Amino acid sequence: MTNLVLIQVVLMVAVLAFVARLFRSNGARAQAIRRLGLLLFAAFAVVSILIPNVWNRIAHVVGVGRGTDMVLYALVVAFLSFTVTTYLRFRDLETRYTRLARRLALDEAERDFPQEQVRTTGAPDSPTDGAPTA
Amino acid sequence: MNDDVWLVIPLYNEAQVIGDVVATARAVFPHVVCVDDGSSDASAAVAEAAGAVVVRHPINLGQGAALQTGFTYALGDPGMRWVVTFDADGQHQVSDVVAMLEKARAESLEVVFGSRFLDDRTQASVLKKIVLRAAVGYTNLTTKTRLTDAHNGLRLLSRGVVERIDITQNRMAHASELVAQIGDLDVRYGESPVHILYTDYSKAKGQSIWNAVNILVELILR
Ligand SMILES: Nc1nc2c(ncn2[C@@H]2O[C@H](COP(=O)(O)OP(=O)(O)O)[C@@H](O)[C@H]2O)c(=O)[nH]1
Ligand SMILES: [Mg+2]
Repeated sequence: MTNLVLIQVVLMVAVLAFVARLFRSNGARAQAIRRLGLLLFAAFAVVSILIPNVWNRIAHVVGVGRGTDMVLYALVVAFLSFTVTTYLRFRDLETRYTRLARRLALDEAERDFPQEQVRTTGAPDSPTDGAPTA
Repeated sequence: MNDDVWLVIPLYNEAQVIGDVVATARAVFPHVVCVDDGSSDASAAVAEAAGAVVVRHPINLGQGAALQTGFTYALGDPGMRWVVTFDADGQHQVSDVVAMLEKARAESLEVVFGSRFLDDRTQASVLKKIVLRAAVGYTNLTTKTRLTDAHNGLRLLSRGVVERIDITQNRMAHASELVAQIGDLDVRYGESPVHILYTDYSKAKGQSIWNAVNILVELILR
């Protein structure tokens, strides 16, 4: 039990890190870290194919009994991160298509505001509103 | 009268009742915009026939998204001073809106939230009351506002507030988001007692109590 402490700490830190990412996910850096992580993962996959025992050694270093347990823990963390990333990406996508759909809906809606005459005679909603026309 | 008020009604499959709701509302508030969210029944046509402006989302986006669309639409009217969020299912009272407006004008408030718990007119089930109380607690804990009700669909917002609000929670979590954004604006707000009618129709169609869990997840996983 006591020799599990290190892995428990490592796993908890990982989980907390992902939860923290939920609240502060900034585009470029997060993406870069994800890609670096993937690269490392691939490199490590090759290593562990060549030297299967490497998992056992890592397991012993961090205080887990067997390499297979270590693989399981790593997978849990990886899966959690995948879930969170996917959720955030879907949210982002949703925000985009909501804006698109809203634009469409408003463009198609009738606009009949009695006091709006002043605006309908000028250029509609141009960002140069109020700027002198040459 | 009330030419400067827009009622924003999120509308989703309420063809049975929306005609009456719009007609009743328009007797007092002539400007009504219904944001139809891809209803599969005749909701949009019925609302239009009753004299509402209908803005149609091409696909279902959710109640929060519909409110934001209604806000953006109402902002297009330079004469608009107030926006009221109003439900399509007949649970809200026009007389409550009148009282909210009077309160806002008399006390120069920018926002008036409707509250079910300021008087005992509203009859909700015990479970619903417990969940709502928990929601109130959560909202008060996580925002700068102090309210007696949460997720109440009846609200009055001034133009200035509507201009600065941006609802990004498409579904039910928008109610808490709205309160949080208003809290951050540091404007004068108040609460006004409202009577929410729990008719058989609205109970059959309304939110499942399980949605409290979904709302919480949506709020946390921002
Ligand atoms: N636009 C839109 N409106 C919705 C949607 N779901 C519910 N509504 C509307 O939101 C209002 C309140 O919904 P309801 O289900 O009665 O919620 P409850 O009163 O909080 O239980 C009603 O006017 C519904 O028509 C949706 O997906 N899109
Ligand atoms: Mg309802």
